[in-house]
Amino acid sequence: MNRIPITIAVTGLNNTDNPGPGIPVIRSLRESGYFEVRIVGLVYENLEPGLYMDDMADVVYTLPYPSMGHEMLLSRLVYIHEREDLTLIIPNFDAELLTFIKLAGRLSAMGIRTLLPTQEQFESRQKDRLTDFARQFGIAVPKSDAVTGIGELMQVLAESRYPVVVKGRFYEAYVAHTADQAQQYFYRLSAKWGFPIIVQQFIRGQEFNVTALGDGKGRLIGAVPMRKTYVTSNGKGWAGIAIEDDTLLDMARTVVIQTRWGGGLELELIKEDSTGDVYLIEINPRFPAWVYLATACGQNHPEALVRLALGQTVEPFTDYNVGRMFVRYSWDMVCDLSRFQQIATTGEVTIRPEALA
Amino acid sequence: MKLRKSVAVSENGFVFNASRGDSFSANPTGARILDWLRDGKSEEEMKTLLLDLYDIDETTCEKDLYDFLKVLKQHNLLDV
Repeated sequence: MNRIPITIAVTGLNNTDNPGPGIPVIRSLRESGYFEVRIVGLVYENLEPGLYMDDMADVVYTLPYPSMGHEMLLSRLVYIHEREDLTLIIPNFDAELLTFIKLAGRLSAMGIRTLLPTQEQFESRQKDRLTDFARQFGIAVPKSDAVTGIGELMQVLAESRYPVVVKGRFYEAYVAHTADQAQQYFYRLSAKWGFPIIVQQFIRGQEFNVTALGDGKGRLIGAVPMRKTYVTSNGKGWAGIAIEDDTLLDMARTVVIQTRWGGGLELELIKEDSTGDVYLIEINPRFPAWVYLATACGQNHPEALVRLALGQTVEPFTDYNVGRMFVRYSWDMVCDLSRFQQIATTGEVTIRPEALA
Repeated sequence: MKLRKSVAVSENGFVFNASRGDSFSANPTGARILDWLRDGKSEEEMKTLLLDLYDIDETTCEKDLYDFLKVLKQHNLLDV
């Protein structure tokens, strides 16, 4: 089959010990049977490791931070589009997603496609709104309360059974066994991530993750559940294995169908030891950094996302290889200073010249 | 009592539970018991088979078999 040439911009090339999904997404796209991809890497930092990998992005541009505003980002994307003629952008950072969602219409008018959740979908699954989200769609979540002050925290704790999980608005979570511990975490997390702080019922059980893709019209295109088999001190999965569990897939199906989710997503779930009940802990609104495992298991979700974004008919995946596992590793790439110099001074660098790509 | 459908046992005693991603290593006797469980054998039948195979008294056999089955249950490998 002749592969269709296509230029796709991808963010999240931060393949660090807390990796973004950009490199696994690119790796999946490079293995596509449908597309001959030219990859435009988009970075926020000059030292995002993906920028120094020779076989991932063809060309890399820096982007302004989302905090600098939509217009700054848009004008940079206009510049990049003029040079690269982008067909599609796949944003992969939580922090940038809302900006890209808001810009989706204007990008579309420029001829750049995206497949993203709507702003309402994106906001409804935020940690502090997860309980309402779950209630609306009949999904089980641990009892959660969003608190914004110490008085409110003490009130919630008085009605809770220990341990409880104290979670930051965006990141980090701690298990507290006493009110004192909960207060300490409350101050630490609010200083770092702001309010609200989420106090969640602790569920004793096994954690699982599902990477999934929705077509935005209420169809689950693919889903692969995974259990982390090695977790770093930061709580990041360093190794994992694809498992077979219909209850986890049913949860993914429910979320995607009920919300009519468009794009990639990751569900964080916990299966209670004593009952076998599955609780939804979190929905991440983009592919996870381990999405390449799904590709290796026979479900190339990034490729399917591109096909959906192009308006192609994509039949849902029906199977995957259970028992495939991933193990991350670290590797010191040694590079010439020129690439760093180029990106630092001009904000763009060609890695694979077009004729050779 | 039967081995869960999601549990696979290789010839060399590697045990993989596909529904949880857990893996274990069983010695030849353990692997044999896992095979019997897959075939739906009862505790009594397995005890008789073990007594035929090994030079072991009945009390020790019962205790070891019971302990092994308990471990399998703890690791969610059995449908009970």
